Amino acid sequence: MEERRYRSASGAPLALRCRQHSASCRELAVRCPRLQLRSLSAVTSAVWLAAYGLFVLCQNSMVLSAAIFLTLIGLIIYLHFVKIDQESLLVIGSLGIQVTSSYASGKESTTFIEMSQVKDVVINEAIHMQKVIYYLCILLQDPQDPQGVSEVVPLFQSSQPRLDCLIEVYKSCHEILDQRKAASQSDGVK
Amino acid sequence: MVLKVFFPSCCSSAESGILIGRWIPEQSSAVILAVVHFPFIPVQVKQYLREVQQVTKVSVSVLGSWNNSKQEKEESLSEFLEDLGTIFSHEPWIQISKEGDSKFWNCSTLQKQPDNHREEEIILVYYDQRKVMLSHLHPPSDTADLGAEDASKLSAIFNTVASSKVLFMTDRYDDGPIKMTHWQSDGIEASIIVELMKQASVPACMLLTFLLSLVSGVCNSRVLKFWPLSFLWSKLSTCEQLGHRLQHLQVISSSKKAQNQTQLMRKANIFVSLLIDVALGILLMSWLYRKNQIGHLADTLIPVADHVAEELQDLLQWLMGAPAGLKMNRALDQVLGRFFLYHIHLWISYIHLMSPFIEMILWYVGLSACLGLTVALCILSDIIALLTFHIYCFYVYGARLYCLKIYGLSSLWRLFRGKKWNVLRQRVDSCSYDLDQLFIGTLLFTILLFLLPTTALYYLVFTLLCLLVVIVQGLIHLLVDLIDSLPLYSIILRFCRSYRLAAGVKFRVLEQQDGKPLRLLMQLHPCRHPSLVLPLSMGTGELKQESRKLVTQESMGTGEQKTGHSSVGKRKIQLLKKQCLCACFYCLCLFCD
Repeated sequence: MEERRYRSASGAPLALRCRQHSASCRELAVRCPRLQLRSLSAVTSAVWLAAYGLFVLCQNSMVLSAAIFLTLIGLIIYLHFVKIDQESLLVIGSLGIQVTSSYASGKESTTFIEMSQVKDVVINEAIHMQKVIYYLCILLQDPQDPQGVSEVVPLFQSSQPRLDCLIEVYKSCHEILDQRKAASQSDGVK
Repeated sequence: MVLKVFFPSCCSSAESGILIGRWIPEQSSAVILAVVHFPFIPVQVKQYLREVQQVTKVSVSVLGSWNNSKQEKEESLSEFLEDLGTIFSHEPWIQISKEGDSKFWNCSTLQKQPDNHREEEIILVYYDQRKVMLSHLHPPSDTADLGAEDASKLSAIFNTVASSKVLFMTDRYDDGPIKMTHWQSDGIEASIIVELMKQASVPACMLLTFLLSLVSGVCNSRVLKFWPLSFLWSKLSTCEQLGHRLQHLQVISSSKKAQNQTQLMRKANIFVSLLIDVALGILLMSWLYRKNQIGHLADTLIPVADHVAEELQDLLQWLMGAPAGLKMNRALDQVLGRFFLYHIHLWISYIHLMSPFIEMILWYVGLSACLGLTVALCILSDIIALLTFHIYCFYVYGARLYCLKIYGLSSLWRLFRGKKWNVLRQRVDSCSYDLDQLFIGTLLFTILLFLLPTTALYYLVFTLLCLLVVIVQGLIHLLVDLIDSLPLYSIILRFCRSYRLAAGVKFRVLEQQDGKPLRLLMQLHPCRHPSLVLPLSMGTGELKQESRKLVTQESMGTGEQKTGHSSVGKRKIQLLKKQCLCACFYCLCLFCD
């Protein structure tokens, strides 16, 4: 199990952890930076200052309690729905690929894609506003057309690691995916 | 290829024995369904498996051996288990052994064919047999080909477990030749209430079907189809709602079983919605008939109607003066104003005539709340419609007048320009008019044009009033539709037994040890998307929408504008309702994750 430091597309520090459970099972997890105390206190003080200003204007103390309530609700919603702590990829050869995002409140959302549906894992380039970013994605097989791609599933969307991290993940994935191809080829030869 | 063994977690503490299940060669995976314990006679085991195969059409066979040694490793038992491999010939023969309370098991395969030299990796996947059996992730088993190429691999496994129900019917208390361990081996899981209900449901359904056929026979009889009565039934929303509920009851009490999952869910949703409806209705009734609430209601009804009439009279007096500073045509204003005031006077007389009977009528009508809260709400909406009938009449008069005026104006405007509407060709053609035609036409045009503001104002005011009433009625109908089509059974299932509506699986990697096979835990993932659950109920909502559209189209003897308003309004309300339902369900799912 190794952990290496990389940067995201916007410059934030990321950590990539690669764990090998067995010869055909590997887990790759990208850990995003935690919620900064600085930004949290800045937002809270801004909201409370605005509420205090409103209170001075209209002399209604409900504004202050509403501001506290809103801040709490906003923080809970942010931690539960928006802030992603870790995104991981579990590749189990001959079973499938599992993509997990875990939020700061502990919620985990998983998607499992069976190996028969996975055509390939590639790194794509995209032009976003004024930047060119790279992203890793899984190409899903079109059931009717063996050469066609029915869907593209992008990975690591909130952490957005840079190309060096993506190349590591890509190589790890392909070591396991190529085993499948080798197995199917040797079956074909027989 | 990697060998995958799906092992049920309930068999982790079973005694030593042999493993039976299904071997899927294309995926190189073994789905273990149960463990058969010693002593057994191999011939009897094979016979039993043949019988099971005939019933379930799943190729169940002996896959390997299971060794659970509580003390130190017993050499003789492991040799014995290897020898079993020769009696039950299966390729490959899987041997799983567990020592004491160790978490890490040994798993190896015996290959008979010597040309398989490579060391196959084995993955052990634990699954919860009960949840996998009850979930509906596998495709419907109406097709007999279980080895279809395009079926997803995991669904084949789910299908295997779900089809092998008969295997799970024998428990350890049965005196059979074979002793097995599976998820029901400690005793078949059943609920007395459910069994009793199943037994009672057959005669209940037959009785219900008989009663419903009687009722629908009476409803469809020709006596009730004469013109005034049929017009009345189509206008009252209570009759529509009753017809709707009758349809629901017919769906539930039909004797043929549900074909597939969606039909079963629809039936269950309708049943739960009917139950909740009747319960809420009885609650409402118990509140109404206590402490003379009906008397209070009847007492407040007449003063409210009087108050509304007084407000209308004030409004008309305002219109007859100079409303909002506009200058109206005095004569027309007076005529229209007096005409409407006389109507209000007639209406008030009717209400006062009926006032002694109101309490009795309300008392008997309130009894019908036992049919359901939706029926009570529909009756309320109908009562509102009846009490504000005069507003509706005013709207109709105003709309008709305005409509005639606009027709006349447009036709005379064409005459003014020297054109004519060609009915045959459906277009505007030029036409040469005589001088007297032109003279009278221009005169009439001027008259109508200058009377337009008055009529337009009356039309506007009464349309707004009628719109208010329609909005109130629309809100009540929205509530009724919500109760009708909310899929309560699916929502309850999603929160209590989420594995039945599972959308997928997720794997968790358990603790590993070098040299031992990879251990994974397969769990069911509850569905998050509301679209899986909501369309199961929307079928009933759509029926109602269609019938409503028909009603609004039929009853149009009045102005075209009325259809436009109410049907557009109702369609918008339906759309809003669907959006609200989707949003609510999604929020519920997200928060209660």
